[in-house]
Amino acid sequence: MASQTQKIRITVGLGACGIAAGAQKTLSALEEAIAARALDVDLSITGCMGMCYREPLVEVRIPGRPGVVYMEVQPDRVPRLLDEAVAKAQIIPEWVATGEDGGGTEQAFLARQKRIVLRNCGRINPEDIEEYLAAGGYQALQKVLSGMSREQVIEEIKQSGLRGRGGAGFPTGQKWEFCAKAPGAEKYIICNADEGDPGAFMDRSVLESDPHSVLEGMIIAGYAIGSNHGYIYCRAEYPIAIHRLNIAIAQAEKKGYLGERILGRDFGFHITIKEGAGAFVCGEETALMASIEGKRGMPRLRPPFPAISGLWKKPTNINNVETFANVPWIISNGGAAYAALGTEKSKGTKVFALAGKVRRGGLVEVPMGMTLRQVVEEVGGGILGGRKLKGVQMGGPSGGCIPESLADTPIDYDSITKTGAIMGSGGMVVIDDSTCMVDVARFFLDFTQKESCGKCTFCRVGTRRMLEILERITEGQGREGDIETLEALARNIKRGSLCGLGQTAPNPVLTTIRYFRDEYEAHIKEKRCPAKACRKLITYRVIAEKCPGCGVCLKVCPVKAIRGEKKAPHVIDPELCTRCGLCMDKCKLKAIEVI
Amino acid sequence: MAQDVDLSQVDRIIAAHGSGAGALIPVLQKVQDALGWLPKPAMDRIAAGLRIPASNVYGVATFYAQFRLKPVGKYIIKVCHGTACHVAGATKITEAFERELAVKDGETTADRMFTLESVACLGCCSLAPVAMVQKEAHGRLTGDKVAKVISDYRKAEGGK
Repeated sequence: MASQTQKIRITVGLGACGIAAGAQKTLSALEEAIAARALDVDLSITGCMGMCYREPLVEVRIPGRPGVVYMEVQPDRVPRLLDEAVAKAQIIPEWVATGEDGGGTEQAFLARQKRIVLRNCGRINPEDIEEYLAAGGYQALQKVLSGMSREQVIEEIKQSGLRGRGGAGFPTGQKWEFCAKAPGAEKYIICNADEGDPGAFMDRSVLESDPHSVLEGMIIAGYAIGSNHGYIYCRAEYPIAIHRLNIAIAQAEKKGYLGERILGRDFGFHITIKEGAGAFVCGEETALMASIEGKRGMPRLRPPFPAISGLWKKPTNINNVETFANVPWIISNGGAAYAALGTEKSKGTKVFALAGKVRRGGLVEVPMGMTLRQVVEEVGGGILGGRKLKGVQMGGPSGGCIPESLADTPIDYDSITKTGAIMGSGGMVVIDDSTCMVDVARFFLDFTQKESCGKCTFCRVGTRRMLEILERITEGQGREGDIETLEALARNIKRGSLCGLGQTAPNPVLTTIRYFRDEYEAHIKEKRCPAKACRKLITYRVIAEKCPGCGVCLKVCPVKAIRGEKKAPHVIDPELCTRCGLCMDKCKLKAIEVI
Repeated sequence: MAQDVDLSQVDRIIAAHGSGAGALIPVLQKVQDALGWLPKPAMDRIAAGLRIPASNVYGVATFYAQFRLKPVGKYIIKVCHGTACHVAGATKITEAFERELAVKDGETTADRMFTLESVACLGCCSLAPVAMVQKEAHGRLTGDKVAKVISDYRKAEGGK
């Protein structure tokens, strides 16, 4: 692939994580420094390379040599990077994250991954359709339009065993078939990009890094189902994703992959972006459609299912971002190739946003069937700061906490469901022993209680009651019988709610009661938080032997709760202390502890 | 405040989006982009322009978290309360901002410089705890860093 005429190429990862870590400044610094040195190089951008924990990431590709990804390239690293790694073509080993020659400290992060959905993420410039085409893009659409019947496309998807990646896991091929067979000339395709779970950023990364793969999947779905119009319902909180989608749609229209008579065939397809307005419940399909129609995003009773009567009362097929991004790969490589990956009932791969108390947090894609422990230990590199793994929270507010004792559970829809959690859309938050599980349950209930649309009484009032009980417990006011009341409320909310939000809202509480009941009991009976996290149940104290009396904590305390003479150990007044933790953050000698 | 609203901007936005209920949310979003918030006269104008009841406009505007019915400060501080940020101490970060700005979560400082908000998830989990000021993310925050973030913005303003 390397020819003499090819230039050196420098690529900066500009996903939202990279930008948050300062990649835009790195890009500007590179532009300036390249101009100052009059270097003849191509400077380009790409999306998410996955290694969020090492951002900003910069790839240097010298023709004829293996590419190298450098990590933590803040502007101050730019001069040396250009002078050594680019101008002299000398690798800077201590900055290498991953090299195609097998070098770098972060190889383990990639070793166990299998990238299908993320095939182009961090490799191509998401704002340039030519790079998507060069990576084999739109070939699946060509294949479909140059000889596959609608039934054949659906059959291929069915054969792949692909299940909905939004979390519910409904077989995609079957869903397409229902909608294809539904009577009606006007049908719609919707891409659900309203990724609302706190701790989840899979869809955002795919849209920012490889928007065309999602468009291509939608166009293929449109052909298979007999629809000429698609909507992407994307969170307004994802401005970069929306920006790149707009660019991608314009480029695809110009090239004839979108619009009337696509590739000269008698099939037209158009895509409109709808920005969400910040309501978690709009991730539910009927609420999402109500929102596109300009109404309050409230779910409605099903049936009729969207496949029969959806958007504007027309047959509608809704899939999420990751599901659509899988489609072109399946068409190009065949359903059987996809089905060869994964387990008996869960085929292919799953993308996860690995976050929390894990060393290597980022965007990962692994084959179904890998165990949670393998993801945390081998891909994620284990727990931060040498602490102990306590559990893994999957599926966000609809999911649950899987304890360390079940960490060998394989990642597939059925095994995860058996634990009481759900596969969910891909949020995977690693929890260590410094996290209180009652507080985690309270956190999620606080979220669902706020996000309940209010239509069903059990969800609206029940989640509020559960939250109040959890708040009491974490404040040391728990009573005998609280756990049982929580369980009873949970059962009723699950039964009495119309949509997935209410039906799953109690899951974080139920799983934490099931696996961490001792923590609930310690709070209720002993008024003690074993993780030392619940504020009303802890006290900050100066360790006299370690305190030289420097006065830093005394100055930083916003409520003047710390007293002490210079050069003598200080004392914290527990009555005045608000447990804000500023003193502990500030004390370099670690002379303040929580008891 | 109400008299100051420039309704001609609202009219232009309505004209660009056509009529009907389907246009309501995009129109509200564009009007908020233009004005910073949704004053009542603007909502009335939208109802008339799209030929839908004002109660519908208000119902939608109050349902979605994105829409603001109060004016906001020049800088909007969004403190992430996603799962990863929560376990990394997001509550303490909000408190630190509350202390620095002398406002409660959701409020705007008296000089209309800062509005403090909590958001569900900004999706930069590896930088937890995170807060975003306008479009700039500040990661791995501590109570200490919060004071610095605010003083940097104040300095930038004072320096002008």
